[in-house]
Amino acid sequence: MDMITIPAVSMTPILPEIFLSALAMALLLINVFVPSKQKSYLGYISFIGVVVAAILVGAGWGGPAESSFSGSVVQDNFATFFKMIFLVSAGLAILISDQYMEREGCNHGELYPLILFTVVGMMLMAAGTDLMTIFLGLEVMSVALYVLAGFNRANTKSNEAGLKYFLLGCFSTGFLLYGMALTYGATGTTRIAKIAAIVGQMTVPSANIMLVAGMLLMLTGFAFKVAAAPFHMWTPDVYEGAPTPMTAFMSAGPKAAGFAAALRIFLVALPTLQVEWSQVLWVLAVLTMTVGNITALRQDNIKRMLAYSSIAHAGYALVGFAAGNGTGTAGILFYMLSYAFMNIGAFAVIILIGKKGESNGSVMDFAGLGFKHPVLAVAMSVFLFSLAGMPPTAGFIGKFYLFSGAIQKGYIGLAIIGVLNSAASVYYYLRVMVYMYMKEPTEDFEWTRVSAPIALSLLISVAGSLIPGIVPSVILQFAEQAIKLI
Amino acid sequence: MSNHLLSLTTFLPILGVLLLLFIPKDSKGVLRGVALAVTVVTFLVSLPILTGFQTNADFQFTENVPWIAAGPFAMRYNVGIDGISLWLVILTTFIMPLAVLSTWTAVEEKVKEYMICLLLLETGMLGAFISLDLFLFYIFWEVMLIPMYFIIGIWGGKNKIYAAVKFFIYTMVGSLLMLVALIFLYFKGLEAGFTNFGLVQFFDLRLDPMTQTWLFLAFALAFAIKVPMFPLHTWLPDAHTEAPTAGSVILAAILLKMGTYGYVRFALPLFPDAAHKFTPLIATLAVIGIIYAALVAMVQEDVKKLVAYSSVAHLGFVMLGVFAFNSQGITGGLLQMLNHGVSTGALFLIVGFIYERRHTRLITDFGGLSKQMPIFATIFMIVTLSSIGLPGTNGFVGEFLILLGSFESGLRWWAVVASSGVILSAVYMLWMFQRVMFGELDNPKNQKLSDLNAREIAIMVPLIALIFIMGVYPNPFIEKMDPAIQKLIAQTKPTGMSAQQMPSMQGLPAGHPAMPGMAVPAVEQTAPAAENPNEVK
Repeated sequence: MDMITIPAVSMTPILPEIFLSALAMALLLINVFVPSKQKSYLGYISFIGVVVAAILVGAGWGGPAESSFSGSVVQDNFATFFKMIFLVSAGLAILISDQYMEREGCNHGELYPLILFTVVGMMLMAAGTDLMTIFLGLEVMSVALYVLAGFNRANTKSNEAGLKYFLLGCFSTGFLLYGMALTYGATGTTRIAKIAAIVGQMTVPSANIMLVAGMLLMLTGFAFKVAAAPFHMWTPDVYEGAPTPMTAFMSAGPKAAGFAAALRIFLVALPTLQVEWSQVLWVLAVLTMTVGNITALRQDNIKRMLAYSSIAHAGYALVGFAAGNGTGTAGILFYMLSYAFMNIGAFAVIILIGKKGESNGSVMDFAGLGFKHPVLAVAMSVFLFSLAGMPPTAGFIGKFYLFSGAIQKGYIGLAIIGVLNSAASVYYYLRVMVYMYMKEPTEDFEWTRVSAPIALSLLISVAGSLIPGIVPSVILQFAEQAIKLI
Repeated sequence: MSNHLLSLTTFLPILGVLLLLFIPKDSKGVLRGVALAVTVVTFLVSLPILTGFQTNADFQFTENVPWIAAGPFAMRYNVGIDGISLWLVILTTFIMPLAVLSTWTAVEEKVKEYMICLLLLETGMLGAFISLDLFLFYIFWEVMLIPMYFIIGIWGGKNKIYAAVKFFIYTMVGSLLMLVALIFLYFKGLEAGFTNFGLVQFFDLRLDPMTQTWLFLAFALAFAIKVPMFPLHTWLPDAHTEAPTAGSVILAAILLKMGTYGYVRFALPLFPDAAHKFTPLIATLAVIGIIYAALVAMVQEDVKKLVAYSSVAHLGFVMLGVFAFNSQGITGGLLQMLNHGVSTGALFLIVGFIYERRHTRLITDFGGLSKQMPIFATIFMIVTLSSIGLPGTNGFVGEFLILLGSFESGLRWWAVVASSGVILSAVYMLWMFQRVMFGELDNPKNQKLSDLNAREIAIMVPLIALIFIMGVYPNPFIEKMDPAIQKLIAQTKPTGMSAQQMPSMQGLPAGHPAMPGMAVPAVEQTAPAAENPNEVK
C-alpha cells in the first residue's frame, strides 16, 4: 500500500482566492454589528476588496504558469484573464447593488460576502486543472448564486427564481459530475493534464464510449451553466425574478466561469476529440443563438428581454468555442470581458429606471428617456449598440473575433447563421432605442437619484464598452497571450 | 503626397460634436451657427485635397498607420483617395453645409442632438469614402447607420419609427453578410501571404471562380441594398419620405452613393470574374429599377415620394453604366453619382421649402405656385430639367455617357430599354412640375405663400451653379476621374481574357467619352458574360 504523501504546497496561485474568502468571512462577522441603515459600508469594503484582489490577480500576469496542490490549480494567464472578468463583474455588481437593495428593502449585509464567495468559486473554476477542483469551484459559486437569486425574500418572483435556479442547477451539477466520473472511469485520473496524456495515447479516442459519454455529459452540464439552448429554460424566469443587480452579475460572471472551465477541459484535456465536441457545439451554438434571439424579440419586460438576449450571447460565444482555434478562443475571452461591461451597464440603467417592487420593468418605461436624461440614455445607447454588435464598440470587436474564428475554421455556415442572428437581435435592441428617443414619455418622469456608486459603475461600463471597441489591441493581445498557455 | 488632410477633413466634424456638447441646448441659434461653421470649415479644409490632387491613377493623400494587431488580424488606419473617391469626398463636404442650412428653421426641436447627428454622419460618410483598409471601411460603413437612424427616427414624419427601423435592419443584414465575406477574404489573403486588411493588395489576388462568386454575392447584396436596387429598394421610399429635409438630402446626395461606390471600389475590382458573370442579372435588375421606379413615381401623390422613386431610377442608371465595364459607362456612372447628388439633393431641398411653408407635400394641395413664387419656380424648373437630363445640365452628360457605354458593351438591349426610362423620367417630373407650379392658384392657402428668402436662395445658388458647370463643361470632373477609371477597367478584365484583346485600353486620351475603337473591345469584353445568363438563374 502506498503511503499518502503530502506534496509541498505553494499558496501563491490561490492568494486572491484566500484573500477574498477571508474578507468574505470577516464581512459576515462584521455584518452582525452593522446597523441595517449602514450596510452600504460593507459594500464599499467589498468593492475595495475586489480592487485589491484584482491587483493581486494582475500581479501574476505574464509570469510563468505556477501550479500548486499537485497540479489541481494553476496560476496562468488564462486563469488570470478570466479572474479579471469575474472581478469586473463582481465589482460592478457591488456598485449597482446598494441603491437597488435599499429601494427594495432587502439591503441585508450578507449580500456582499455572498458575491465574494461566488467570485472565489468562479476563480477556482478558471484556475482549476483538476476536474475535482473545477467541480468544487462550480459548487461554491452555484450555492452562493442560488441564495443571491432568491435574495429578495419578500418578493415571490425572487423566491421562485432562487428555487428554480437551485433545482435546475442541481440537475446540471448531476450531469456534470456524472460526466466527470465517466471521464475518470475512462482515463483513471481527474487531472486535466493527465487526461490529455492518456487520451492522447488512445489510437481512436472517439471509440471509447465511456470517454465520449463523459465528454457529452460534461458538455451538457456546462451548457446548463452558460444557459445554452436547449438547456436554457431556467434562464428567463431566474433572470427576471432575481434582484436586478444579481441578474446582471449572473449573466456576466458565472457565464464566463462556465466558459473558462469548459474551455480548459475541452481544449487541454480533450483536444483529440475536437472533431466530436466541435460538431455538438456547432449545433448548440446555432440553437442557442436562434432560440435566444427569436424569443427575445417578443419580450416586453426588459429584464426578460436581456435574459433571452444573454442566451443569444452565450450562443455567439459558442460559435468561437465550436471553432476551437486561437481566434475563436481569444474571441471568447474578449467577448466575455466586454459582455460584463455592456450587460451590467445596461442593468444599471434598468435599476435607475425601475421603481420599488420591480415595477417599471417594461420597455415602454424607457419612453422619452433620451431627452429627459440624455446622459443616462446615451450610456444605455452605448450598451445597446455594443450588445447589438455595432462598431465602434467592444461588442462588435468581440463578435468579429468569434465569427472570424468560425470562418477561419471553415464553418462559414455557422458564421452566416451568427451574423443573421446579430441582425435579428438589432431589432429588439433598437426597440429600446425607439422608446428612448422616438416616443414621448407616458407620464412625468420622477427623477431617481443616481448614487455615486452606480454613477461610477456606469462610467466604468461605458468606458469598458467603448474603449476596447476603438482601440482593441491591448485587450486582444492580453486575450491572445491568455490562450497560449492552456 | 502624404499629409493629414484627409484625416483632418474626416474628423473635423467630430471635433464639432465635442464643441456642440458644451453649448446649452436652448441656444438654438448658436448651435446652428456652430454646426454650420464646422461644416463650412470642413468644406474649406477639403478644398486643398481637390486642388492638390494629381491627375493620375494612384491613391493620394494616403496615411497608413497600424491600428489593431492581435491574433491573425492586422488592421491599419489606411486612407487615401483616387479619382473615384475624390469627387465623392468633395460632394460630401459640399452638401453638408447646405444640409445644415436647410434645417435652419425646419428643425426647432432638439436642435443640439440633430446637429450632433448630422456631424457624426459626415464623419461616417467621409471615412467610408477614404478607407483603403477593408476593416476600416466596414467600421465607417456601419457607423453611418447610427446617426441616420436617429435622424429619421427622431425628426421624421408620421411613420418615422417604421421607416427608421426598416432602414437600419435592411442595411444591417446586408452589411453583416459582407462582414463574413470580408473576413473570409482576409483569410484568403493570409494564405497568399498578405499581412493586413489593406485594400490595394487584394486587387491582385485572383481568387478561383467559385470563391469569387460567393464573395461577390455577399458584397453585392450589401451594396445593392444601399444603392438601392430593385427589389431591395423598398426601404428607400419610406426612409426618404419620413426623413426630415436634411436627412433626405444627405440620404439622396451621399448615402446612396455608398452602394454604387462600393461596387466600383470593392465588388468589381476584387471579384472581376464574378462581376462579369453576374452582369446580365445586375443589368436586368437595374433596368427593371429604372422602368419600375419611373412608373411608380408617376402615380405618386406625394412630391417627396415621387422624388424618392426617381432616385431609385437614377441609381439604376448608375448601376447600368458601371456594369458596362467600359470607359464611357463607368465615367457616366460616376458622373451620374455626382449629378444625382446635386440634382436630387436640390429636389429634396425644394420639397423641403414648400413643406415648411404649407406642411403638406401632396401634389393636389398645390397648383399655380409659379405666380406667387417666381424665384422658386425658376430654381425648381432648372433642377427639374437637370433631373430629367436636359442637354446643358449635368444630368444629360451622365445619362448620355451611361447609355453610350452600355450600348457599346454587351448590354446593348438593356440600354435600349433603359432609354425609355429617360422619357419616363421626363414624363413624371414635368407632369409633377406642371401640377405643382402651373395652373390656377386656387387654393387660398397657397395665395399667401412667400417666395424664397435669402437663406434659401443661398442654399440653392451653389447647386444651380454646379448643375450648369457640370452640364456645360464636365471635363475637369472627368479628367480627374479618368486615370482611376482606366485602372479600374484594367483591373476588372476577366481573367480569361488575354491582354492583346484590349488594345485600346492603353494610351487613350483622357476624358473623351466617344472614343472610336473602344466599342469593339468593349463588346468582346463583356460578350462572354452575356452568353451565360442561364448560369445566373
